[in-house]
Amino acid sequence: MIPAHTPPPRPADVYFFATCVVDQFYPGAGMDAITLLERQGIRVHFPEEQTCCGQPAYTSGFPDAARKVAAHQLTLFPQDWPVVVPSGSCAGMMKHHYPTLFAADPVRKAQAEKLSARVYELTQFLVDVLNFKPEDCGSDCTVVLHTSCSARREMGVHLTGRQLLGDLKNVNVAQQDHESECCGFGGTFSIKQPEISGAMVEDKVKALKATGAERVVSADCGCLMNILGHAAWKDAQEGRKTPSLPGEHIASFLLRRTSK
Amino acid sequence: MNAQPIHFKPSEGFRARSKAVVDNPFLRQSFRGAMDFLMSKRAAQFPDDEELQSLRSLGEAIRQYNLAKLPELLERLEANLTRNGVKVHWAETPDEANAIILGICQRHSAKLMVKGKSMVSEEIELNHAAEAAGVGALESDMGEYIVQLANEKPSHIIMPAIHKTKEEIARLFADKVEGVDYTDNVDALIQIGRNVLRQKFLEADIGLSGVNFAVAETGTLCLVENEGNGRMCTTAPPIHIAITGIEKIVEKLEHVPPLLSLLTRSATGQNISTYFNMISSPRKPGEKDGPEEVHLVLLDNGRSQAYADEQLRKTLQCIRCGACMNHCPVYTRIGGHAYGTTYPGPIGKIVSPHMLGLEATSSMATASSLCGACGEVCPVKIPIPELLMRLREEAFTAPHADPVMRGQGAGYSPLISGIWRGWAMVYRSPLLYRMATWLGSRFGGLLPARQGAWTSVRVPLRPAGKRLRDMLRERG
Repeated sequence: MIPAHTPPPRPADVYFFATCVVDQFYPGAGMDAITLLERQGIRVHFPEEQTCCGQPAYTSGFPDAARKVAAHQLTLFPQDWPVVVPSGSCAGMMKHHYPTLFAADPVRKAQAEKLSARVYELTQFLVDVLNFKPEDCGSDCTVVLHTSCSARREMGVHLTGRQLLGDLKNVNVAQQDHESECCGFGGTFSIKQPEISGAMVEDKVKALKATGAERVVSADCGCLMNILGHAAWKDAQEGRKTPSLPGEHIASFLLRRTSK
Repeated sequence: MNAQPIHFKPSEGFRARSKAVVDNPFLRQSFRGAMDFLMSKRAAQFPDDEELQSLRSLGEAIRQYNLAKLPELLERLEANLTRNGVKVHWAETPDEANAIILGICQRHSAKLMVKGKSMVSEEIELNHAAEAAGVGALESDMGEYIVQLANEKPSHIIMPAIHKTKEEIARLFADKVEGVDYTDNVDALIQIGRNVLRQKFLEADIGLSGVNFAVAETGTLCLVENEGNGRMCTTAPPIHIAITGIEKIVEKLEHVPPLLSLLTRSATGQNISTYFNMISSPRKPGEKDGPEEVHLVLLDNGRSQAYADEQLRKTLQCIRCGACMNHCPVYTRIGGHAYGTTYPGPIGKIVSPHMLGLEATSSMATASSLCGACGEVCPVKIPIPELLMRLREEAFTAPHADPVMRGQGAGYSPLISGIWRGWAMVYRSPLLYRMATWLGSRFGGLLPARQGAWTSVRVPLRPAGKRLRDMLRERG
């Protein structure tokens, strides 16, 4: 059990662990998350040496490779500040799996436990620590929220994203069929079992589209890569020029809605 | 008769079998509907999440308590059953279990065995062995009867014929059951089955059943069922043979009610099953009914291998409710047969490697997105996703001395391991990471449009032109 971390009511400083997916594929989402935090009067520190939480190797059955990469991240957050992660699945890796990963190495295990205790998923941090109530400056729209399985089942933060969207007075949040079901990404699962993964993402995209929402938002870029990647593929297959299911990270959506 | 040969390698052809189901819209729809129904039945049983979580913790604690004492409890069970007049047999392998059961059949010159629902009997492929030995084995659970008529295997551990529509069953009955005309009236179909089976219960020389809980302190075999066929199998024929895995043991009678409640509510969404049988002895002098002999076959078949490892031991907490399959997005897409193992779905993926070895099952562990739905609903809190990751590690890392599992390293590929070592080298070094991702951001556009399996249903991945670190630096 990870001891609960009690941050100061309103920390002045936080670390930002961007994740390798955001750094390389969704840098805009990372920028928007940082801006959102800064607008709350928080200094956001981005340790330049950060790379990846190690999850891809860990879930694929290569814990040694994961350990090497994770060990590097352990050293990057020396101050006792919260570490905010714009991804439920990477946050889950750092919070729940780091202590297990280093179980046989007392020094690193202690480091991991200290770090794990102060890891927060972005929406969790915004709601539970900052008590952020976004003020909606946008016009009426309908969105649909996809919550990653790690955010839901590992981090238990599936309600915070929904709460943030619920606070936006002109935003209607649509409910999709089989909401809690996995989008089929699962890291290397998507390439090791492409038939099953493909069927899952096909069903997910159908359910999201069936809501009639203008866009999908999610706090996990892995899921977005999969969901939007399939939606765009389907558009191309069917000769559509405009995306039938646009989507973005919840940080980008929140930032835009709260910008005058 | 079984449709599949005994030494079946589930890993082989797993993707092809999955694809066949995934590409069949009718099957996709039918599995989805069936799983939705089962999920809603379970959800209706647990309206209060706090109660559910405390029951799950209790279930987990009971199972772990009993597993911790397993060796001692097995001895007590044997002693108490023997004292009650039940003959206890030990089988390490499916072959041994079949030999024991068929040996009993031979001693009694048995011609016909009626069977209650028993997944362990499927695990040892008893019907196959019985047929080879000239003993008829007839399934009496309606779902099992249907799959037996169709020459198939169960596709679900609780609902063996869940993959079949009533029209398919109607056609099957009309084709295979003598003197039956086509009807897709469900009540009429069930009546047909009952009429056939009723006569067989009276004719059978042997009744075979599984066991849900074996109580060590009293020497009692508990059997959960809904159709009454279990009671018929265990009381009507002169010989009753029960078979179970060695893990199904509890020390005390008081351990049974919470597990029973978790089992029926998680499995079929019932408060309690229609029948709950507690069998402690054969017919006693002066009693008017019950079998003259009762046997229990305790099967290992890889369970002690799982038992020996602290983490893998959790596999044995399972009470076989099937909730993990009902909630699994993979099972929902491919159904039970695609797995190619007796136990399909998430529990099948973690238990089968101990029974069949990782040689035969290494690719099954990859057939999960680790979404965690299975672990979330498991009534005894088996951390299935964690165990899947452990099995991946056992399967894919290089073979080493003193493995904990049969087939450790069976999925080892020097190339894949080398790729992960290279990946770790880059991602543990800020310099190499920066170089690699810089190249990606500059030349990502040169990545091929076809990126293997990823682009089979998705557009290719292209790194953004600027990394987050570049954007931050520019912002200053």
